[in-house]
Parts: sequence; structure tokens; C-alpha cells
Amino acid sequence: MNPPSILLDGLPVPFVNGQTIMDAAMAAEIFIPHLCHHPEFKPQGSCKLCTVKANGRYVSACTLPARDGMEVENNTPDLNDKRRTLLQMLFVEGNHFCPSCEKSGNCMLQALAYELEMLSPHFDPFYPNRPVDASHPEVLLDFNRCILCELCVRASRDVDGKSVFSLSGRGITKHLIVNAESGRLADTDFSWADKAAHVCPVGVILKKRTGFAVPIGKRRYDVEPIGMQVERLAARSAGEEG
Amino acid sequence: MDAGAGNSEGRRKVRLATASLAGCFGCHMSFLDIDERLFALLERVDFDRSPLTDIKHCGSCDIGLIEGGICNAENVHVLREFRSHCKVLIAVGACAVNGGLPAQRNHLDLGQCLQEIYLTAPDIVGGQIPNDPELPLPLDKVHPIHEIVRIDYFIPGCPPSGDAIWKFLSDLLDGRTPRLGHPMLHFD
Repeated sequence: MNPPSILLDGLPVPFVNGQTIMDAAMAAEIFIPHLCHHPEFKPQGSCKLCTVKANGRYVSACTLPARDGMEVENNTPDLNDKRRTLLQMLFVEGNHFCPSCEKSGNCMLQALAYELEMLSPHFDPFYPNRPVDASHPEVLLDFNRCILCELCVRASRDVDGKSVFSLSGRGITKHLIVNAESGRLADTDFSWADKAAHVCPVGVILKKRTGFAVPIGKRRYDVEPIGMQVERLAARSAGEEG
Repeated sequence: MDAGAGNSEGRRKVRLATASLAGCFGCHMSFLDIDERLFALLERVDFDRSPLTDIKHCGSCDIGLIEGGICNAENVHVLREFRSHCKVLIAVGACAVNGGLPAQRNHLDLGQCLQEIYLTAPDIVGGQIPNDPELPLPLDKVHPIHEIVRIDYFIPGCPPSGDAIWKFLSDLLDGRTPRLGHPMLHFD
């Protein structure tokens, strides 16, 4: 008997029971855009970039278990239009000024914008006022770029056992906070050795005094589009950013 | 580009206008980076208003290239003049697309900015906030140009490379859908 498989954009993709659509796609080196998904963490399905159409319904590929015979649409103009709109909303809600960002070229948000050919923010930018936290001796927090993926929250809570980060507020006022009475990173036991320091897909958590070691234009997603890097994305582990 | 499409002689040349609003002229410098391709371009286009021609007002044009965002009242007037005279209006570079560097002042109070720069900064003696009536009034916030007028195309980048600008323009002139693939599409 054949192993169970899904039909991903018409292509049979095998899976083992318990795998999600995302797991199966990544194992087959098929790219499904994503931001909050990381193979080492329990999926939470919040960024919605991995939205696919499974048996005619919009679902998050990172949370829905694959089922034998499931027909999944992924790389379609309709889905990519929706994903592009999600990216545009993420861009205008924060301050994503790529030319001044040390993460530019290594940033998954930016790389997905390239991949999905997002040429403009479309919406009116919010230009929120979010002061940076430079209190920590090793690490700079630039909240302007936070996309609320909660990877640092999950890493700090589930791996480091420190619960340094959390999200606070609801709806449009939701934001990343630091678990200290002062609200400052320096007043926590956070360290650069933590897993949480290395999972940010954008440019919020940055090591101080190491900027521009690799010049712009020669960085991870400058060299090769994110859609061609599925194998690396699937193999991401501790100590590797983005 | 109906009338200007194709290479056949005798056809009317495409009229092209450019302007830099709240930008650094880096995108115009990048435009000049198309180097000798400028000659090929000049066979197909005539420049209308542009820093390259020093024409001060935009006539009826086919393509308008706008560098920079909107930081003062004059920027708004120039942008509206371009929109009303250009069939196709293109936002060129990060500042036109999303406000860019000038928009980094948007979370600050404009009055306090002016005070600090012209009155209270160290080494300022007898300073005053410029108030010549010829100076355009700064806006409270800096805006990307798509907030003011309809924009047909966007070329992101800080600046977009000469190659990207050339690819976009030559696609447009040849009647293809302009498209920037990797690595010409970049935001930095």
C-alpha cells in the first residue's frame, strides 16, 4: 500500500501521520511562505502567511495535519495576492525602514516581500512610536520591526525557561513586552546565549557591536530568494537566525 | 505606451518627466547609472520637466518618475502637477514608496525638531527658525506619495539600481508588464 499523500498544487506529496501540510511540503522541498513557523517550535498559526486552500477551505498549513488524499492549493495567484496583502499590513503597522536595518538581506519579512513581489505598502503607514530598548549590554531590542510572531516568546518560555518576552494588549495595540518591572531587557536574565536571542525572523533582537559584518547585497536572501531555500529553512536549529 | 510603443521611426517620442521631492537625488544618480543606455533611451524619449533639463513645469507627458516622499507643501503641488500631466506615474525609491529616511522624523514633534535644530542645539548663537515666505511650509508628517495621488507603478530600493530602473523603463516602453525579479527587487 502506498504511503499516505496529499495533492499539493497537483503534485503528490507523501507524509507520515502527525505531519502538518507545512511539514510535508518542507520535507518535499516545496516552499510555503511563512513567518511565525519554525520547525523547532510548536506551530501556532498566527502570521497566516502559510494560508493554503485545503479541500476548498482556507487553512494554516503549519497547523493543519495532512490527511490522505487532501487537495491543497499553495502557489496560486489568489493565495499569493492574499499573502501579499498580509505582508503589506505587517509593513505599515510597524516601522520597517529596510535601508537602516542591520537585518536587511537576512530578514524573512523582507525576503517574503521580494518572493511575493510586494512593490509598495499599498496602505497608509501607521508610523508608530516605539522606542528601542538599548539597556542590555549585549543585545538591542528594536520594537519598530516586531511582527508578533512570538518566536522569541516561545523560545524564551519553552527552551530557555526564562519567559523574558510576552505579548501584551489586544488587537491593534498588541505589542511585545519584556518581563521585568522596569520593562527593560537589562533587568532580566536574558543573554545572547539564549535560544530566544536567535529566532527573530525580523530585526528586533540584534547583537550589539557586530553590525554590517556582511555587506548589504551579499546577505542570505540577497544571494538566493527565500523560495529556493526550503531545505535550509526546514533544517533551522538553535544558533541560527532567521 | 500606445503612440510611443515600438522602435519604428517617425513615431512620436515618449515624453518623460522626473522630479525629486523629499529625497536625496540618489535615485536620480541611480537613473544616470544606466550610463550609455541613456543614448538608447534618448532615441525613444524626450525629457520634459526634470533636473536634467531644468524645465520648471511639467507639460503633457507619458511617463513621470517621482523620487522622494512628501515633506512640505511644495512637494504636494509638484506631485499633483505631475499626476495631472503624466499618463503613467511611477514612484521611484524608498522615500517615494514608503516615506523612507525623511519619514523617520514622523514619531517626533515637528516644532520640537525645528527648535532643537535651529535654537537649542549646542553652538547655536542667535539662531532662528527659518521663516522666509519663499520657503515651503513643512508638513507635520512625511508621507509616501501614494497617500496623495494615484500611483501606477512602484520601483522600491534605496536607491533602486540603474539596472532596475532600466529594466522597468524598457519593459514599459516595449509594452511589457514591468517586472523586477531577484535580485533587482530590493528594499535596501
